[in-house]
This record gives sequence, C-alpha cells and structure tokens, in this order.
Amino acid sequence: MRSKLAGYGIIGLALLAMTLLICIGVGSVYLPAGEIMAILLHHIPWIGDFITPDWSTASEQIVMKVRLPRVLLGLLVGASLAVAGAAFQGVLRNPLSDPFTLGVSSGSALGAAVLIFLGWQYSWIGVFTLPAVAFVTGSLTLWIVMWLARENGKIPIENLILSGVVMQSFLGAVVSFLTAMSKKTVNEILYWTMGSLSLRGWSYTAILLPYMALGLIFLWSRARTLNLLALGERQAVHTGLNVEFTKLSVLFVATLLTAAAVSVSGVIGFVGLVVPHIIRLITGPDYRLIIPLSALGGGIFMMWSDLAARSLLAPIEIPLGIVTAFVGAPFFAYLLYRKKREREVEMR
Amino acid sequence: MIEVHHIDKSYGSLTVLKDINWQVRRGQFWGVIGPNGSGKSTLISLLSGVEKPNRGQIKLGGRRISEYKRKELSRKLAVLQQDGLPPVAYPVREVIEMGRFPFQNWRGRENSEAARQLMDEIMAKLELNELASRPLHVLSGGQRQRVALGKVMAQQPEIVLLDEPTTYLDIRHQVQFMELVAGWQREAGLTVISVMHDLNLAALYCDQLLVLHQGRVVAEGTPEQIINSEMIESVFHVKSHIVTHPDQGEPQLLLRKTDRANVK
Repeated sequence: MRSKLAGYGIIGLALLAMTLLICIGVGSVYLPAGEIMAILLHHIPWIGDFITPDWSTASEQIVMKVRLPRVLLGLLVGASLAVAGAAFQGVLRNPLSDPFTLGVSSGSALGAAVLIFLGWQYSWIGVFTLPAVAFVTGSLTLWIVMWLARENGKIPIENLILSGVVMQSFLGAVVSFLTAMSKKTVNEILYWTMGSLSLRGWSYTAILLPYMALGLIFLWSRARTLNLLALGERQAVHTGLNVEFTKLSVLFVATLLTAAAVSVSGVIGFVGLVVPHIIRLITGPDYRLIIPLSALGGGIFMMWSDLAARSLLAPIEIPLGIVTAFVGAPFFAYLLYRKKREREVEMR
Repeated sequence: MIEVHHIDKSYGSLTVLKDINWQVRRGQFWGVIGPNGSGKSTLISLLSGVEKPNRGQIKLGGRRISEYKRKELSRKLAVLQQDGLPPVAYPVREVIEMGRFPFQNWRGRENSEAARQLMDEIMAKLELNELASRPLHVLSGGQRQRVALGKVMAQQPEIVLLDEPTTYLDIRHQVQFMELVAGWQREAGLTVISVMHDLNLAALYCDQLLVLHQGRVVAEGTPEQIINSEMIESVFHVKSHIVTHPDQGEPQLLLRKTDRANVK
C-alpha cells in the first residue's frame, strides 16, 4: 500500500508541477517555463539568493501578483472539493454523492450570498465570517437533504440525489432572486452561483489553506474506517467501529471543506464526483490512496478547468462552474448508466 | 461466559423475544434453532450489542454488554452475518486484515510481526493464499464466506456469533464451512453460538441446542436430549422420523410426506 501510494504520489506531483508551470505561463502574456521557475525559486528563502534576476519586473509582477495566487487558489479549491467528494461517497456509500449533487455547495453559496447582499461579509469574525456562515447553511442543507431522502432508516441512492437536486434548484432560485434584488453587488453574487477564481489575490488563498490542510489530514486519517464502512455498517460495527460517530465527524469535516471552498470560489460542481472516480478507476477502492490522490487530482483538474475558463474565449472569461459542468454532467450520466448496467447484470 | 437474564425485545407493538434466560459456558458450541420469525436473529443482534433489550440484561464475562466500548467488545466477540461480505473490489488479504481493526491504534499500526504471522496462518488454514490479491467481487459465494470467516478469525475473539452462516452455500461448502469453524473452536477453545437452519447440520456440529418458538425458549440441551419428532412437530409443524447417525450416534431428521388423506 505504502509503495503504491509513493508511486502514484510521485506521478501526481510531477503532473502537478507540469500543470503549475503551464497554467502560470499561459495567458495574455506568455511566460516561458524557465523564467517562471527562476522567479519562483528566487522567492524561496536561501535558494533565492543564488539566483540573479534576469527577467523584467513586469514578468515578476504577473507571476507573483496575478497568476500564481490564482493558480494556487485553484489547486486548493479543487483539492478541497475532491477530498470532500471522496469522503461523502465513502461515508454515504453512494457513488453519486459530491458536495454539488448533495446540495451542500448551493447551501453554502446561499449563506455567502445573503451576507454579501446585506454587506456583512467582514463583520462578526472578519475574514472567517464568510466560511463560518457558509458552513452553517451548508450543514443545514445537508441535514435537510438527508432527512428528505431517508426511508425506513436507510438512504437509497436515488432519493438522495433527488433531494439534492430539489434543494439545489430551490437554493439556486433564492440566490438568483437576491442577485436580481441587489443593485451594486450583482457581479459579486453572480460569481457565487457559477464559480470563479478571478481577482482573488493572496488573501483568499490564505483563508482556504488551513481548512484544506486540516480537512485533508483528518479525512486521510479516517481512510481506514471508510474502507471498513464499505463492507457495510453492520460489518463495521461488528469489527469495532463506532459507526455513528465516524459518519457524523466525516460528514462534518467534508461539509466544512466544501463551505470553505465555496466561500472563496462560489459553486463549482462535479469536481468532487469526477476526480475521486477517476482515481478509483486507477488505484482501486482503498481510501488510504483515494483521499490523498483525490487532493492532487482535484487540484490538477481545477487548474486545467480554470485555464480553459480564462483562455478559451479570452479576453472573455467563462464562469468556472460552467467549464466543470461541461465535463462533469456527462460523466455523471455515464455513472448513472453504469449503475443501471450493474443492476441489470445482478438481476440475471 | 454469557449470561442472559430475563430479556424482552419488541419493535413497536411487536414482541419478538419474551423472557429469555440462557447461560453459555466457555468452549461450548451452541446452535440456535427455530422456525422463521422465532427471534433467532434478534437474539444474535442483542448478544452482539448492536441492539439493546427492552428489559433484562446480558452479561459477558460478568460485565454488561452495554458497558463495553465498541472496540473492546470486538476484541472479545466477533460476528459473522448471514449475508457475509458484500461484493466490493477490495482484495482478499486486505479484507481479512480489516479484522485487526480493534487492535490497531489510530494510525493503523500494531506489532506488525505478530500480526503478519497471524495473517499467514489464517490464509493458509482457509486455503486462501491463491486468492490473496483477488478482489472480493470475483469470488464465488463459498469463497467469499471463507473470507468472512478469515476476517472474524483475525479478530481473535473468545466468542463468535454466526447468523445462519451456511444459508447461501451448496452442501459441499456447508460442510467445509462447519468443519473450519469446528476446527477453529477446538484449537482456540472458542465459544460458538450459531443460528442454524439445517437441523441435521446443527445436530452434527453443535454440542448444545437452544430452541426458540414465538419468541420463547421452548427447549435447551444436547441434540440427543432435544431432537425428537414431537418437538419438531410442535415447533416446526412438520412430521418426521428421527434416526441415529451411524457414525457418532447424533440424531438426524428424516422428513415425512404429509399423508394426503389427513389434509383437510
């Protein structure tokens, strides 16, 4: 297991480094990879002293102030959503769950939109207000969705998705309504409904980093219990797992990760669905691999999506949520189809 | 080892178990028999601590089951469910290793040399070495049930509860499974409580039987004491002949066709 993780991890990190260089390089001004590496190394203490600047200050400004924060934010948002998705799938034992399909993203976005509409986004506890409120509304949404879907103490897959869609459309309507009602903040709220990473700067990266790091570490440490849960709740209880506590704590942290991601980037759907599934196809069902590799994969996926969002129709920017939906929705349909086929095979 | 004192269990207005009293001693092999709906599986759920009785108490080694922490209980008592393991994609050896969960710390570590040795023994005993890296969902029902037994063995329990473990197996695998359990019981001085559907298999392998009917204990004792055609008729409503097994003398059941003239 450990050697497998190291192998996949090295491949993932190499892909990540490559993606990073490409995504920083491509834009209105093209920057060569060598120059980017030199600029980045120059900013690392100790090593930086050995590199003499031979680039224009404009290049340095573009890398350090514009592209690097945006690309890193994409990495963090993607990693958070993908890890949250993997955790939701594990704990609900439902392959179609992710922060978006469960309505958690929309719930978080509603909280954020209301705050912005009222102009309260920095009151109460400063920069933590938005993620905290988004977390509360996201958790409430998850609770309602699970309550709606519950049938005889169980949550069938179809019910869960249906309840998620219902909540998502309703909350989406509320956010759109707020957008229509508000005059000056239209664009800001609109971002939250379709997702964007533009013009965020370093402060947002700094807000998200601790949530992402702690969330990843916690959920990774629960990977063994998620494996056990995959054998069924009864099996897990008999093997000594406190199932209710595990489920609650994993749902809690996954929702927190989602809320933190949504409060900096808005609703970006399907990342948590697509990435863990691709990882699962490559590595198999072991969550000790799926959780950390989903973080890498989610980051890479998000950086490429954002690159597409800002460069395909440049200088117009496509909302990020639309890019991920172009990839994610057909993938969702494919998963539904496969599920149906599996059931047909079982019937025979 | 296990003391069951006056337990009642009901779901809503439906009473499933009424005033059950029962003592299980260390090293015994108990079979729990009775018709469908007589409360056998509920009794197993209560013993495993997953559900709680409405009245009365169950003690394990002198302590109430409800006082045990989940992990602590799982080091003493293991359960093999009727449906065994689901068809997931985890490889055989990893599933069996999951049985070590109650012994691992939060990082999933334990004294790895001893644990590896135990795993090797289990894999060899259950003849699973060839299947070690095969994912569960490609195995046959018999193989999967053997893996389930391996996972329970990895728990190194003092008591094992089996809930109709051979229901989905053909006769070859039924006998193979019961032989494995009996062998394990002898070697480890294990206490076994198994819900059994097949009365002949129960009489062959269990040294004590508990008969449940409509939520009550109607008989308990050795197969020789209990299995007779009157009991079978009153509990299961079938007519039978009881014969003695030529090998060891255990009672075995022969079913009789209903005489058409007697059907109203």
